[in-house]
Amino acid sequence: MSAPTDRKYTKEHEWIDIEGDVATVGITAYAADKLGDVVFVDLPTVGSTVAEGRVVGEIESTKSVGELFAPVNGTVREINDAVVATPELVNSDPFGAGWLIRVAFTELPELLNYDEYTALVGE
Amino acid sequence: MTDSSDSPERYSPLHAAHIAAGASFTDFAGWQMPVRYSSDLAEHHAVRTAAGLFDLSHMAEIVVLGPEAAEALDYALAGRISAVAAGQAKYSLLLGREGGIVDDLVAYRTGDDRFLIVANASNRAAVAEQLLERCSLFDCQVFDESDDIALIAIQGPKAYEILSQVPGVDVPALQELKYYWSTPGTFRPDTANADRGETPTELHELLVARTGYTGEDGFELYVAPDVAPVLWDALMETGRGSGLVPAGLASRDTLRLEAGMPLYGHELDLRTYPAQAGLGRVVNLKKEGDFVGREAVEAGAPEGSRVLVGLVSEGKRAGRAGYGVFARAGAPSSTPALVEEPVGTITSGALSPTLGYPIAMAYVDAASASDGAELFIDVRGTRVAASVVPLPFYKRETAS
Repeated sequence: MSAPTDRKYTKEHEWIDIEGDVATVGITAYAADKLGDVVFVDLPTVGSTVAEGRVVGEIESTKSVGELFAPVNGTVREINDAVVATPELVNSDPFGAGWLIRVAFTELPELLNYDEYTALVGE
Repeated sequence: MTDSSDSPERYSPLHAAHIAAGASFTDFAGWQMPVRYSSDLAEHHAVRTAAGLFDLSHMAEIVVLGPEAAEALDYALAGRISAVAAGQAKYSLLLGREGGIVDDLVAYRTGDDRFLIVANASNRAAVAEQLLERCSLFDCQVFDESDDIALIAIQGPKAYEILSQVPGVDVPALQELKYYWSTPGTFRPDTANADRGETPTELHELLVARTGYTGEDGFELYVAPDVAPVLWDALMETGRGSGLVPAGLASRDTLRLEAGMPLYGHELDLRTYPAQAGLGRVVNLKKEGDFVGREAVEAGAPEGSRVLVGLVSEGKRAGRAGYGVFARAGAPSSTPALVEEPVGTITSGALSPTLGYPIAMAYVDAASASDGAELFIDVRGTRVAASVVPLPFYKRETAS
């Protein structure tokens, strides 16, 4: 599954879809593949404040544990309850139904564009 | 791992088949081996409900041959290998002089004077070296044949049905082959595969063992490396309709964990005595004569040694290798943290795909090791309640 061209990315293999002042965040197909089958997702509570670069959640597979980093400063507006109930959505549709959190942000940090991210993962 | 990081990557003779099947690879003791093909959970469930095909060509095969081979192995290994009948196999340990575990292995007696020792890939050099040294006192020879033997395992309730139907595979004693026994067989590749350079008439030898590392019925097939790809394809073609899938090391790890089987480097190492790992029965102190490690094992593990237990928890958060195990739930975060020593450490853990709850193996203090003991795993800062249970976590239903 290739990464969508219209999104922003981080070196931690997260994608960010920006709409107004809200960023929808998930992990990339590359990250999901590296993790293996996701069996548990721990997400921050709605309304909590998150700081760019800080760990705000966990994505756990049978083999290992991945950390979810907040890619922006802001407030958690929404979490994906569907992915909490059905963690395999992270594997089956990482760029779509497998989204993790929506964060209302105040300013955007420097993020990777599609070309920079695909160069990073060597696709 | 004994292999240094600067040693070149090694590839299985089945590497091309794995790439064709879409495998992701991982480094395992210097080998690039399939970690999964599509989904480790799907591969795990396939082995429990149908069958999975594993490439274990990285494992070490060492042959001990000669009139005193059995006596040599009685001295070199912890079990009474001379009591193993021709055709039979035995799980055993190669101990150090101090009583620690150099490797766990399976000894197959393939003839009166011939044994095939199958050891972990990471311990190949150590086992070969030790066997060579220990067996030099006896009238026998030791050959490291790891490079000349590939290993394919078919594991799962449908393993027999599939293996018995593979065109060209002839194993006369397959049906009556008992658990932990092996038998010779042959493989004549189907003419349909002749384009791979195999002449249709060529007959290849197999050693077929009813052994495995998944907790299911199954077979391990020892075969020449150049024949392995054709055999792999023939197995897949025959078994696909019965639900056979190629299975990687990720599923192998969760399968063996559910079955309560130790993994060298996790549950077993040079500092671990067999009794601590629940393997006291593997060491035969009644056998005549000396064996390496006897004196140390007879003296027993040092006082206060931890023992291996199974832990189960509720919820979905699994303890992982290295996580601490504690006797108490922990102080409320508002009070100053007390210095609290863990009562144990997890060596392997996962959310059990078959059982649906977290399972782990851990070494804990003897005082915390009784069945039903309530302990707490520190899962990245959160204490998760866990109960001590007997191993294995999973036992297949056997037809009586």
